[in-house]
Amino acid sequence: MADIARADMARPRPRFSRGFANLALQAALLFVVVGLAVAAAHNAAQNLARANIAHGFGFWNNTAGFDISQTLIDYSSSTSTFGRAFWVGLLNTLLVAGIGCVLATVLGFIIGIARLSRNWLVSRLAGGYVELIRNIPLLLQILFWYNAVLKSLPELRGSVALPFGGFLNNRGLFLPRPVFAPDFGAVVIAFAIGLIAAIGLYLWARRRQERTGEQVHILWMMLTAIFGLPLLVFIVAGRPLSFGIPDMGRFNIRGGLEILPEFAALLLALTIYTAAFIAEVVRAGVLSVSTGQTEAAQALGLRSGTILRLVVVPQAMRVIIPPLTSQYLNLTKNSSLAVVIGYPDLVQVFAGTVLNITGQAVEVIAITMAVYLAISLVTSLAMNLYGRSVAIVER
Amino acid sequence: MAAMSPAQFLRKTPAASLPPPSSRAGVFGWVRVNLLSSPLNIALTLIAILFIAWIVPPVVRFLLIDATWSGADREACIPSPARPNPGACWAFVRVWSSYFVYGFYPAGQRWRVDLFFAALALGIGWLLWLRAPRRDIGAVYFFIVLPVLSLILLGGLPLLGLAYVPTNLWGGILVTIVVATIGMVCSLPLGILLALGRRSRIPVVRWLSIMFIEFVRGVPLITVLFMASVMLPLFVPEPLAPDKLVRALIGVAMFASAYMAEVVRGGLVAIPRGQYEAAQALGLSFWRMTALIILPQALRVTLPNIVNVFIALFKDTTLVFIVGIFDFLRTVEVARGDQKWASPVTSLTGYAFAAMFYFVCCYAMSRYAQRVEARLARRSAYKGR
Repeated sequence: MADIARADMARPRPRFSRGFANLALQAALLFVVVGLAVAAAHNAAQNLARANIAHGFGFWNNTAGFDISQTLIDYSSSTSTFGRAFWVGLLNTLLVAGIGCVLATVLGFIIGIARLSRNWLVSRLAGGYVELIRNIPLLLQILFWYNAVLKSLPELRGSVALPFGGFLNNRGLFLPRPVFAPDFGAVVIAFAIGLIAAIGLYLWARRRQERTGEQVHILWMMLTAIFGLPLLVFIVAGRPLSFGIPDMGRFNIRGGLEILPEFAALLLALTIYTAAFIAEVVRAGVLSVSTGQTEAAQALGLRSGTILRLVVVPQAMRVIIPPLTSQYLNLTKNSSLAVVIGYPDLVQVFAGTVLNITGQAVEVIAITMAVYLAISLVTSLAMNLYGRSVAIVER
Repeated sequence: MAAMSPAQFLRKTPAASLPPPSSRAGVFGWVRVNLLSSPLNIALTLIAILFIAWIVPPVVRFLLIDATWSGADREACIPSPARPNPGACWAFVRVWSSYFVYGFYPAGQRWRVDLFFAALALGIGWLLWLRAPRRDIGAVYFFIVLPVLSLILLGGLPLLGLAYVPTNLWGGILVTIVVATIGMVCSLPLGILLALGRRSRIPVVRWLSIMFIEFVRGVPLITVLFMASVMLPLFVPEPLAPDKLVRALIGVAMFASAYMAEVVRGGLVAIPRGQYEAAQALGLSFWRMTALIILPQALRVTLPNIVNVFIALFKDTTLVFIVGIFDFLRTVEVARGDQKWASPVTSLTGYAFAAMFYFVCCYAMSRYAQRVEARLARRSAYKGR
């Protein structure tokens, strides 16, 4: 032992101090990177000046002058600014990404669980879905849904009439639009109160069970609080909700809620594509819970539903949540493919139209990238916190 | 001790084994266990059968039975009283097939593209076949000889009598393969360097690597491609502005190498500390340790993930479409709009053809990754014994 310790101490000295070589290397690397950046900036300034393109973010407050087909906030081509167009695009991105995440999660969990089914046919069917969808590029799927499916729906004249006064044609899906009377606020407040009451009830029941071991059946009470209370208020307030039925004219459809085919195609493709990946995440998560856990729970006498709820799902979720989040991020980033079918998302509106009008490529691309970067950094920060909170504490 | 009674019987040979219970054996047993074991299972089986009956026959009828296999123009594929519901218009794919493969590459020079495909196939086969002879030469061939050879072959070198072919004439599967291959060839070395940089103890190297990797992984590929195609020409002096295809290639290579870096890092993490310590104890320098001890093991462990990055890259090549390059999907889009072939089934046929191409390529790659994974698992199980 002593020999080894001595040999360790008698390490030959490096020819020249390692610290100095290190510092020199770092300085040289920094110098090269900064030099390249400065040269690039210099060239860009020269090229832009030659092409007579403005620089800086002054364009943000200039009038946009172009139309956007789907706007969640007020926007008009004649008075709104490029900045407003940016927010319209960002909200459209968040809309399709938000709905897409919810739908893809539902579909993905169904497919993932179906893939684990003991029914041979069902598991094979789910496996076939995953293999087929994962191996075909998303862009091709978006084009397929848009050009081959939705664009081949009937023309306006031959619209398919849907129940409750809706229409479906190649210009989109037209549904009744809910119109909220001012009194509807009371219903929302009642819903919030019901939700808070239900959460309070749940916490109380849990604390009671932990203290005394007695279980209270509160499911029905919770449901009554969440849904019954708003319903009661809704009726008392005189049903402050009506529907604007779409009205079929000769050349277009007025009123009602219009869902653009671009939106529908993008949503369908993103949902179907991401669900295949989520299914794999779910499958891996469930398989990661060892059978010993289930068997031990069975030996304790728990019922299968309880085993799933208290033993398998919490452990599987620990494995599922991080990759699931990265699938959500992928979906959000993939929604930028909207540009090929003209859905007005952030990339189409801002990095497309605004860039073409202003020509200020550097600023516009930088802002667009910063938005996506911010979304992913915030999400991965949240994921790290989550990972720390669910990490198995080892004794 | 009582004397042995003559009535005592001792079996000397094992009894013949009984056949399994009839409810578990044979086709019926299998169906019973796998499809009909409980009421829920029966219901699921019925739903699955109904679903298959709803999906499969129309697809088969469209792609094969009702399909049009030959014809000169749209007349063959539009609905007629004799054929009210025509299926896929394969005649259209046949007429446009050379455009799908070569784009506008000059007809007389297309043998060069064929030669490139053959050279590429040789390289890929050499690398993927794990027991091929001299795989080190294969790697040199794939990563050094092949890119130079391809550049001369496809771009042209008047010195050798190969006419110059500008990249705006390249198209179709040729461009898809070129973008994918360049992405793979560049992303692996760059990814390795970035992964090593991210684990480096030198702060500047580490931070630059982390910034690059996290930045690229945080933004969509489209914005990287936009940046490469719109901003890159601004960043260099005007005469040096690269060609459109090269700009897209730079974007794709940057994007793929960030993802590759994370995959390689996963492999590096999986190498036990003892390997590093043993290499250091032998007195190997950092680069020799990395090249001779660590990387060969790390890359082998992570090979399935590398192939997965390649699959994603292959699918992502379709995005160069958006910055105006005629990749395979773009040529399908162009052909689909041809008035001569306008029919209700043209679009669907084009997309079905494209989907089959991408599916076959990606599925083959993923099967390969699974086989390698199984092989690695077998080997580590053997070692563990």
